[in-house]
Amino acid sequence: MNLVKLIEFLRNHLKAVVRLCCVVLALVVLLAAIPAIVDKQEAHTEIEHWPAFWAVFGFVGCVLIIIVSKWFGHAGIMVREDYYEDTRNGSAIPKEHHD
Amino acid sequence: MTSFWLHPSLILFVGALLLLVVPARLRKGYLILIPVLVFARILTLPSVPEGQELLLGKVDFLSWKLVFGRVDRLSNVFGYIMSLMCLLGTLYGLHVKNRVEHMAAWIYVGGSIGCIYAGDFITLFLFWELMAFSSVFLIWFRGRRESLGAGYRYLLVHVFGGLALLGGMVWHCNAHGSWAFNQLDVHHATPAIYLIMIGFILNAAVPPLHAWLPDAYGEATFNGSVFMCAFTTKTAVYALCRGFAGMEILVPLGVIMALYGVVYAVLENDCRRLLAYHIISQVGYMVAGVGLGTAMAINGACAHAFAHILYKGLLFMGCGAVLHMTGESKFTELGGLWKKMPWTFVFTLIGGLSISAFPLFSGFVSKSMIVTAGFEEHKLWVGYLLLLASAGTFLHTGLKVPYFIWFGKNKPKQETWDRAAEPPWNMNAAMLVASALCIFIGCYTPYLYKMLPHPEVAAEYHPYTAYHVFETLQILLFTGLGFFLLIKKLVPDPTISLDMDWFYRKGGRAFYWLAKYPVQRVDTFIGELYRYAGLIPLMLTAKVSGLFDNYVIDGAVDGFAESFRGIGRRLRFAQRGQMQQNLAFAFAVAAALIVAFLLFTKSPIAVLPVGMHLPGAQLSQPALQPAGQVLTTQ
Repeated sequence: MNLVKLIEFLRNHLKAVVRLCCVVLALVVLLAAIPAIVDKQEAHTEIEHWPAFWAVFGFVGCVLIIIVSKWFGHAGIMVREDYYEDTRNGSAIPKEHHD
Repeated sequence: MTSFWLHPSLILFVGALLLLVVPARLRKGYLILIPVLVFARILTLPSVPEGQELLLGKVDFLSWKLVFGRVDRLSNVFGYIMSLMCLLGTLYGLHVKNRVEHMAAWIYVGGSIGCIYAGDFITLFLFWELMAFSSVFLIWFRGRRESLGAGYRYLLVHVFGGLALLGGMVWHCNAHGSWAFNQLDVHHATPAIYLIMIGFILNAAVPPLHAWLPDAYGEATFNGSVFMCAFTTKTAVYALCRGFAGMEILVPLGVIMALYGVVYAVLENDCRRLLAYHIISQVGYMVAGVGLGTAMAINGACAHAFAHILYKGLLFMGCGAVLHMTGESKFTELGGLWKKMPWTFVFTLIGGLSISAFPLFSGFVSKSMIVTAGFEEHKLWVGYLLLLASAGTFLHTGLKVPYFIWFGKNKPKQETWDRAAEPPWNMNAAMLVASALCIFIGCYTPYLYKMLPHPEVAAEYHPYTAYHVFETLQILLFTGLGFFLLIKKLVPDPTISLDMDWFYRKGGRAFYWLAKYPVQRVDTFIGELYRYAGLIPLMLTAKVSGLFDNYVIDGAVDGFAESFRGIGRRLRFAQRGQMQQNLAFAFAVAAALIVAFLLFTKSPIAVLPVGMHLPGAQLSQPALQPAGQVLTTQ
């Protein structure tokens, strides 16, 4: 199957793929900073005029979401999978029997 | 006056009933035919200019004027996408042999379309409840013990929402004298309006009334979730657009929703529950859009609902295919499936890129309208927080779901690996069409924008500006960078997350405990009290009565009987041998007794009703003057 071969090829050249991604990231930030390409008149606030503002926003946002969510989860929200199970009933859960 | 109007839902209801008698060899064709007819019926509905509406299918019932077919631009755009999704969902589950499951799905869709074209609250409520009671079967048909519980919880929560809606609408309509369902006076909201809003936002899964959604959608059948992810919440969004545009409280609620779903998605181990949390997040954008209430925001809410139905349906199809083929939906039980299910991966990735609002995908042209409306209304916090939620969406649905199912370091069990394969052709076909539509909407904006309630405002909006494209690309690509840098933190744990359903799930246990211990003890105490204070004295009384009956009553009766027997024995000797003599003697005694009776009684016959006479009374009249007077007075 061609699709499997394509994925396999990309996995076999993972370093090149990662380098390519880094180049794309840098390129996007650079292009966004060029006024001739990206007109910042559409910016909603002054802070958006800063170079790479949205890149920092995305990265910091992502890190914040992960850290805050994990902290929240470990504060007692994440519990074992059988938390709601009735422990007195030891019967096995039947498997999916969909046709 | 009653006018006939072929309601699109009627095709689904009749089609669902006839499905029971359709022969097995024609069933697949029939399953496609009915949704196609519904879609065609909606396409043939009249196109109405902005700001106008057509009232069709009017029915006079008791003192109410029901409107089954209110057609305007808002109802048409929702009707279009609902019927299209019905077609895709049915195609996806075409190989499912359980006819009742198809019937439940069609009745559910019929309920949704019925709500969308309802012109009054009564019709809306009727179809609203029909949705809840038909969709629960899509959960129960999975057949697991957990599904049964999840279905009951789903039903109970929706009954609560339905009651809030019913109470609110009765209160509101009695106060206003009209049952018409139009824009409500949200700037002077009464308690009745808030009750209606609670009914709507419960179906839209607005926290804290949201926990039913991941609970139910994670437990539904593999194709049941595909239907469920599209209809309940988006019908609620339609109802909010119709009645609550500009309701300010919906703006913060929508933003909270958008972020709440993102936070819980980080913690989730089940891919379908993760997608369910992202429904909450995405519906948050729409709810916020309704709260903003401007033409741009309402356009955005409708456009996002339209795009969301397709890409979320696609995502549930992808994860449903994994569940259907491997029997697993937990990230900890999956991994490395790219070799076995590559096309499912591609389709799911397209869904992930669409929900993340990547340029050229559907979410980009719809979500940005709501964010722009927030900035235009000078609510900067709305815009920035919704963009933050957008980063979270890509983090999970665009990256976490595909990575941990199709790649990752986790190795599934041998049994899971052996079962894994590309799904049947119909599932792939449904995913292919949904993927194509996601890309088409993202690339050719007029297709969607021309259908929106305010087409002129939509025509002026251009999502593909350099600033917007680069803003989005930077946010999403650097979110991707954060994902791969912190991937160790994102490795799923085999846990579940406590949510608001804890209150009623544990509350239910507390209720059982209350019923089992304190209530049962009180019941036992009252039972004992009854036994000592009531039953024992009653038994004693019964015993005394029995003794009285035995010795006094029975003794008297036996005594009388014995006496009469003795008299009879003695009288036996008085009788003559000849019959004539005996009769003469008997008549003589009888005559003597009658004469004595008439002579010594004052008015013995006065008690007889008028017109009644004693036999022989007239004959004895001349001889019995005193008694004769009595008789003649009658």
